[in-house]
Amino acid sequence: MTPRLRRRVFLAAAVVAGAFLLWGLTGLPDYGVYNGPYGDVLNRVAVAERKATNVVASVTFDYRGVDTMGEEYILFAAVLGVAILLRAQRDEHEEPPDEDAADRHAPATSNAVRIIGLTLVGPVVLYGVYLIVHGHLTPGGGFQGGVVLATAALLVYLSGEYVTLRRVSPELVTDVAESVGAAGYVAMGLLGVAAGTAFLANVLPLGQPGQLLSAGTIPPINAAVGLEVAGGFVLLLSEFLEQTLVIRRPGEVT
Amino acid sequence: MIVLEVAVFLLVAVAGTAVVLTRDPLNQAIVASFYGLVLGIMFFVYQAPDVALSQITVGAVALPLMILLALAKVRALEGSRRRDDR
Repeated sequence: MTPRLRRRVFLAAAVVAGAFLLWGLTGLPDYGVYNGPYGDVLNRVAVAERKATNVVASVTFDYRGVDTMGEEYILFAAVLGVAILLRAQRDEHEEPPDEDAADRHAPATSNAVRIIGLTLVGPVVLYGVYLIVHGHLTPGGGFQGGVVLATAALLVYLSGEYVTLRRVSPELVTDVAESVGAAGYVAMGLLGVAAGTAFLANVLPLGQPGQLLSAGTIPPINAAVGLEVAGGFVLLLSEFLEQTLVIRRPGEVT
Repeated sequence: MIVLEVAVFLLVAVAGTAVVLTRDPLNQAIVASFYGLVLGIMFFVYQAPDVALSQITVGAVALPLMILLALAKVRALEGSRRRDDR
């Protein structure tokens, strides 16, 4: 296809797509106008029904909890895929990372980065845990908190060394955290079945809105998701780092 | 409030265009991280703090990090090829 023909095909397609886009835009509701019934219904009944002040959490982890379980397993499958893809191939071998090798020296991390990174690790862990356990009260939850927890591991790598990261997040621990988190969601769902109602039914005591221990199954599910996401992201991080720093093809040097 | 909304829209448009116009992958990862942050601010301005938190953690931290690590690996491979040619 010559560039000229290609441009013509593009222009024709752009005109058609643009016309459809404009047509679609004219049918949009006015700016700031909400027509759907669901948001209004939820705003009226959700806090009274589920005692969770964060209505988003009662939607994602209760009213449509099965969808969220699917989302969690998408992440699980994605992390699994990355772990399989990034394993050491047959023609590759592992080498000690630069920091370990006696004859090589990696550029030293500057003291400023080191200090800022290390000071941030504590607050970041605290913030991640806060986001997870308050998921049913304020914005946040297992997913956000889990990723924040994983960034703590990243800070450890940035401020220290790869070896330190391996020490604070051994593969076994991240693997177990990810699996237990993923299984925990299903276990909370089966709790409903065991209680004689439906899968993922909110069968735990609901408590009072605004209390840390309230909203029934939502906080435990949040914790499970947090564990899964934190484990998954740390696993991703360490797989990528291992690929970059440790695994070498024949002849490959740093 | 409307001024803030228009401003954040413009910012998203500018940052998105900047990501497309940046050609070097390394610079692009950094610009994409900024774009993720701006997108998070937009979600926050439109009163979706839950989504804003996810957007900031994933768009501004996790995604650029994966890109940077992948780039580092690619460069290590390229470095080894160059040495082979010599």
